[in-house]
Amino acid sequence: MSPAAIEAMTEQMARTGNASSLHTSGRLARRVVEESRETIAGAIGCRPSEVVFTSGGTESDNLAVQGTYAARRDADPRRVRLLVSSVEHHAVLDCAEFLTAHEGAKVTLLEVDPQGRITPDIVRAALVEDADSAAVVSVMWANNEVGTIQDIAGIAAVTKEFGVPMHTDAVQAVGHVPVDITASGVELASLTAHKLGGPIGVGALVVQRDHHLVPLSHGGGQERQVRSGTLDVPGIRGFAAAVEESVSELDTERARLTSLRDQLVEGALRLDLDITVTGPWTRGDAIDRLPGNVHLLVPGCDGDSLLYLLDAAGIECSTGSACQAGVPQPSHVLLAMGIAEEQARGALRLTLGRTSTPADVEAVLGALPHAVERARRASFGTA
Amino acid sequence: MKIVAAMSGGVDSAVAAARMIDAGHEVVGVHLALSQKAATLRQSARGCCTLEDAGDARRVADVLGIPFYVWDLAARFREDVVEDFLAEYAAGRTPNPCVRCNERIKFAALLDKAVALGFDGVATGHYARVVERPDGRRELHRAADPQKDQSYVLGVLDEDQLARSFFPLGDTAKPEIREEARARGLSVASKPDSHDICFIPDGDTRGFLTRALGERPGSVVDVEGQVVGSHSGAYGFTVGQRRGLGLDRAGLDGEPRYVVDVEASTNTVVIGTRDLLGVDTVVGEHARWCGPAPDGTVALGAQLRAHGEEYAASARANGDEVHVRLAERVRGVAAGQSVVLYDDTRVVGSATIREAPRARVRA
Repeated sequence: MSPAAIEAMTEQMARTGNASSLHTSGRLARRVVEESRETIAGAIGCRPSEVVFTSGGTESDNLAVQGTYAARRDADPRRVRLLVSSVEHHAVLDCAEFLTAHEGAKVTLLEVDPQGRITPDIVRAALVEDADSAAVVSVMWANNEVGTIQDIAGIAAVTKEFGVPMHTDAVQAVGHVPVDITASGVELASLTAHKLGGPIGVGALVVQRDHHLVPLSHGGGQERQVRSGTLDVPGIRGFAAAVEESVSELDTERARLTSLRDQLVEGALRLDLDITVTGPWTRGDAIDRLPGNVHLLVPGCDGDSLLYLLDAAGIECSTGSACQAGVPQPSHVLLAMGIAEEQARGALRLTLGRTSTPADVEAVLGALPHAVERARRASFGTA
Repeated sequence: MKIVAAMSGGVDSAVAAARMIDAGHEVVGVHLALSQKAATLRQSARGCCTLEDAGDARRVADVLGIPFYVWDLAARFREDVVEDFLAEYAAGRTPNPCVRCNERIKFAALLDKAVALGFDGVATGHYARVVERPDGRRELHRAADPQKDQSYVLGVLDEDQLARSFFPLGDTAKPEIREEARARGLSVASKPDSHDICFIPDGDTRGFLTRALGERPGSVVDVEGQVVGSHSGAYGFTVGQRRGLGLDRAGLDGEPRYVVDVEASTNTVVIGTRDLLGVDTVVGEHARWCGPAPDGTVALGAQLRAHGEEYAASARANGDEVHVRLAERVRGVAAGQSVVLYDDTRVVGSATIREAPRARVRA
């Protein structure tokens, strides 16, 4: 967490007060919540009233997809089709699966190109096919695994033509790349605090003013009757502080991370280990790829072996996604991009952030040859 | 040394990992995902490899403060243990999947991967002892707790494997292990022991075989070859079995009947009276010796099934085979099980029982 967020949050933790109460401490808490809402709205280009606080990205995605599905189907029973990209986070994909299994939904998976991009034309083709059945379109702003940034405005322009609401999971984007929700044209956008230096357990769903959403949690009617539950005032305060800080420092931090990212990618490609970079990557670019995202494929290795060897060398990284039992599975994102399962097993995802330094990049590049060599031997042993 | 502690999520492997840390080793916990469907929660106290077990193992590793990984060996396990199990039953034998798992997974696939990654060996919660002789060679011995001794299922390990295997529980009785787990604050201290076969969590081996192999109706015959009943698959029967024979009672003399032979080639189950069950000769194949094979005929102890008794015997190695003559007639010896030979507490070698010729009455 960023020190500014910790300070803001801990200051608030010392105060009592339910933001829904009418007494003095309640009013003070409410003021903090509303100021936080204004801060966040200002930083991401939406109105304060459009910010609905949640417990994080997963809840926001669930509320957006399920809540919109229910509202659209109630208004017109034909609207049961979900158009979601094949590289979405499980918080979106599994919602679609749930709605298919229990609520009669039909899913159209939007295919991506080899760089993980969904083109507006793909979305148009999927809508033209049967526009009357479309309930909602969901395409993430930036991919969590391979860092691909989508043409959200271009896609939203298409969905507007067909009058279909669009949701974007912007969890990876806010605070890392410029995000202007209103200008993008989407109806719904998911955010989470801990991806931009804020606390874990708080996030928001931006809901455009006239977008109708059926709530998933019922009770006290907080947050425009859309998301009941007592508000986490300190968490919201920390969230706002982190958004404010990360957005205000975005330009310098983005340039710094892009340069670090490029050093890491170029260094890895130079190692002569047959390593390839996944997703769009051009030196200096932060339009098509997240600045802090490095995703490499190391042929002949199991990602989990690399993970262990690099962890033992003091480098924390990940392979992609893991199931609950912790068994590494080939990433659905890589498979959707057309990468073979065998290759996808050698995935290595390195994320650079605020605390990353050139020395960290050097450390990774120094540890990689030995780790890859050993991991390849281990892979041979279990093949 | 750098050690992989294989952590099943049970109390034994938890304490084994803790003891390796205490001994000064650099320990990394590894849970083996062996089930194709790892995302199933425990249904009973039986079996292992469930989601809950992986979680228990991770919880222990966190308390011990060691790194923890799940290694997916499900494909290897399926091929080397489960498929072998099915093929053996289909061939009329009674396999021991724990032996195969130790031979091909834990002390082969897992050990090889660990060594390739730079580890020196693998520690497990098995109850057995590895004794290092003055010349540096390793011997495998029975555990101090005879009730828990698992040297039988480890008899397939050779000296090279033993040199990289650590069984830190071999000198301790099970109740003390639970006590120790409690004292160490490990949440698995009172977790029930796993029993039976981990990939058959409901314990219904015959049901598992029927689902995998399909129904194969055939005849139950007596030793004269007279048909006395029918069965839905000879693979579901084991020599020495008395229950579930589905006999047509008429024509029998009221004496209990046992399975005395399973003939896979004709899908026939042969039954007979108790006295036909005894064998005094066992031929083992795929012999593995811990150290040099014995020279000539030697007097040894022979154990013929897991948790079974040890019988006085004489054994003679013959290439890949071992011929064992038992000092007394032993009942319920099934092909496919291991014969493990002991010199006092030391494991001399192990082989898979190919045949245990019963007293042939048929012409």
